[in-house]
Amino acid sequence: MTVEPKLGLDPEVVASARRLARRAGGPVVELARTHTTVSVERAVLRLAGITGADPDGIPWVNRLVDTVREQVGLEHGVALPVYDALVREGWDDVTLLAQKAAAGAVPLRIPTGAEAGTAARASREAVAQGIARVDRSRRTREELIRTIGDAPRKPWIYLIVATGDIYEDIPQAQAAAREGADIIAVIRSTGQSLLDYVPEGATREGYAGTYATQENFRLMRAALDDVSRELGRYVRLTNYASGLCMPEIATLAGLERLDMMLNDSMYGILFRDINPIRTFVDQRFSRQVHARAGIIINTGEDNYLTTADAVDEAHTVTVSQLLNEYFAKEAGLADWQLGLGHAFEINPEIPDSFRLELAHAMLARELFPDAPLKWMPPTKHMTGDVFRGYLLDGFFNLVGAMTGQGILLVGMMTEAVVTPFLSDRDLALQNVRYVMDAAGKLHEDFHPRPDGFIVQRAKQVLSEAIDLLGRIDDDGLLNAIADGTFGITKRPADRGKGLDGVAQQADGYYNPATEILEGDQR
Amino acid sequence: MTAPTIVRPYGDTTGDGMVQVSFTLPVPHDKRAEGAALQLAAKMGLEPAMLVHAKAMGPDFTFFVVYGSAKHLVDLSAVQVIEREYPLLSAKEVNAVIKQRLARPLVVVGGCIGTDAHTVGIDAILNVKGFAGEKGLEYYGEIKVVNLGAQVLVPELVAAAVEHRADAVLVSQVVTQRDAHLHNTREMSAAFREAFPAGRRPLLVVGGPRFDETMAAELGVDRIFGRGTTPGEVASYLVHALLPEQAVS
Repeated sequence: MTVEPKLGLDPEVVASARRLARRAGGPVVELARTHTTVSVERAVLRLAGITGADPDGIPWVNRLVDTVREQVGLEHGVALPVYDALVREGWDDVTLLAQKAAAGAVPLRIPTGAEAGTAARASREAVAQGIARVDRSRRTREELIRTIGDAPRKPWIYLIVATGDIYEDIPQAQAAAREGADIIAVIRSTGQSLLDYVPEGATREGYAGTYATQENFRLMRAALDDVSRELGRYVRLTNYASGLCMPEIATLAGLERLDMMLNDSMYGILFRDINPIRTFVDQRFSRQVHARAGIIINTGEDNYLTTADAVDEAHTVTVSQLLNEYFAKEAGLADWQLGLGHAFEINPEIPDSFRLELAHAMLARELFPDAPLKWMPPTKHMTGDVFRGYLLDGFFNLVGAMTGQGILLVGMMTEAVVTPFLSDRDLALQNVRYVMDAAGKLHEDFHPRPDGFIVQRAKQVLSEAIDLLGRIDDDGLLNAIADGTFGITKRPADRGKGLDGVAQQADGYYNPATEILEGDQR
Repeated sequence: MTAPTIVRPYGDTTGDGMVQVSFTLPVPHDKRAEGAALQLAAKMGLEPAMLVHAKAMGPDFTFFVVYGSAKHLVDLSAVQVIEREYPLLSAKEVNAVIKQRLARPLVVVGGCIGTDAHTVGIDAILNVKGFAGEKGLEYYGEIKVVNLGAQVLVPELVAAAVEHRADAVLVSQVVTQRDAHLHNTREMSAAFREAFPAGRRPLLVVGGPRFDETMAAELGVDRIFGRGTTPGEVASYLVHALLPEQAVS
């Protein structure tokens, strides 16, 4: 649906909100440009073709990056010392080099002069092959959508599977697709975001979710390709590019043709206590890969509303959306790739809660008219009264229908009660279909009064967002995060998990992946 | 008239016994499936039962809604309730109790000890993200959380508890090879007994999927939490154990 402006937002006010977001984000981008992390470097090696893990399950990319760090430091990047050694030894298998180097059998150094040029060229050639695979995956997706067909309507219906066992997830995902899902999200095992390596192989055990691994990605994508052909519509696959291995998981997603990735600019910092600098460096690289791979990102603004009051803190969602948009575009993502998040989390006991939800959703829609917003169902006020929850989900769907959401995560009446039954999922999809069929075009007739409650509320939230962005600009984004401006947690830049994996780039730092991704993009 | 001790479910008339249930059977929707649903209802004690809704869910399943009169009687005099030793409080209530009775933030130091690198348990309890829809202890405004992460040495844990003046120490143990979780816990509790005078030591809480919750005394800790424990349960226990109602410090 094309968005017809209804709120009468002042274009100058909207432009100033974007200017403020750019000013807040700029210094952080500069930080990301001048630092690297162990996970960015491991992602480079994955693109160069290193696969597999040692007998303890530690991936060779981890072993090699650790070896480089011990011997010559991380500040020049791994590409130069690794490809310098490869050229000197006369090998062409970089995984073999990782194995030998980890055993201490290959001395590493930072090459200079002509040797640096040779190593740079060799590494660029290898990484270019990985990026060519990402490009091929993107073309395959486009080809499949063309030949099989796309999801027939918007919003795309987003359903979750999460058994912990990839071989259980597969039939469940296929069943969900047959029931009407356009997007399957495989929830990750609890705590994977804090692992500083990506597990290997197909996995059958997880805590409240299934590990994100390259093989699991491949298996699920292949299974969804089968069911896509059966159904005559391309079913998209989603996972999580978040946590300490964000750049690597983004890379694996690009290689294995995942279609969407959850990828928020601040979620890991605020909710997982991951170091802010680590997060911003990792995030920029991961978004560059997503841009290249044609992957749609989903941001995590819904999380703010589960920890803070959805009315008082509505403007923090807008601020986060503006920051996510700035960071995403800086990394090369296009509007159609920005699944900016928001959620239906206002306490239903407060008066006019539905009008407030509608105002907030319309604001997001009009601020980001070309982005496929991701609309998240109620969780906080789902009480276990499944009948009332079903009604609430219906109103959630109605807001979704009236505001042209791109991605609709289907609400379950059993939220916070049990893992949804088969029947719960069926009922939830009936709810969505009924609302979309009954009221999908209501937006054509619906025009809020120019001076009415909804318009006033939307403008108020935008103005509060601008105030907050102004305060962040005065203070600096990292300081704002340290002071607890977002959510209720204080996250100083010199604390948090993964800080020891961050290095400032030295003169002569070389990253062939960034060079290719930025070179082709600008 | 005294209140009856025998009751039945109430639909719209006293004693009608009416209940409503919904369920799915793994059979295609046809006459036989509907008969099967009524058979289940009868075995559940619903007589007479009315099948008011049946709907195919895919080729292999059928969903039913059944109304019926439950023939079972409820004897109120025989109802047994196991009282929880501490009340389950909301985050708001926990914060209020701490504010009122402690007048400073409650300090919790946590981590995984030994070689255990599985921080999933401690993070589920401490991270804002939380577990099972509940926010972790970091979310509580009146609790100061120091999460030391994985592979913390016992002396480091004791030092952190001293440095931050911990009111409670939370330790998570997932790895159980050769009873590592039990050895580690005993080592930890012994170190705390040594480092703190009796009565001054922080509350020691351990958790993990393989612990027996009744072994607290044997392991020298104050409380053990097993699989599926939520942050809210831990927070409620902490205020119950550290800030009992009569004590005002």
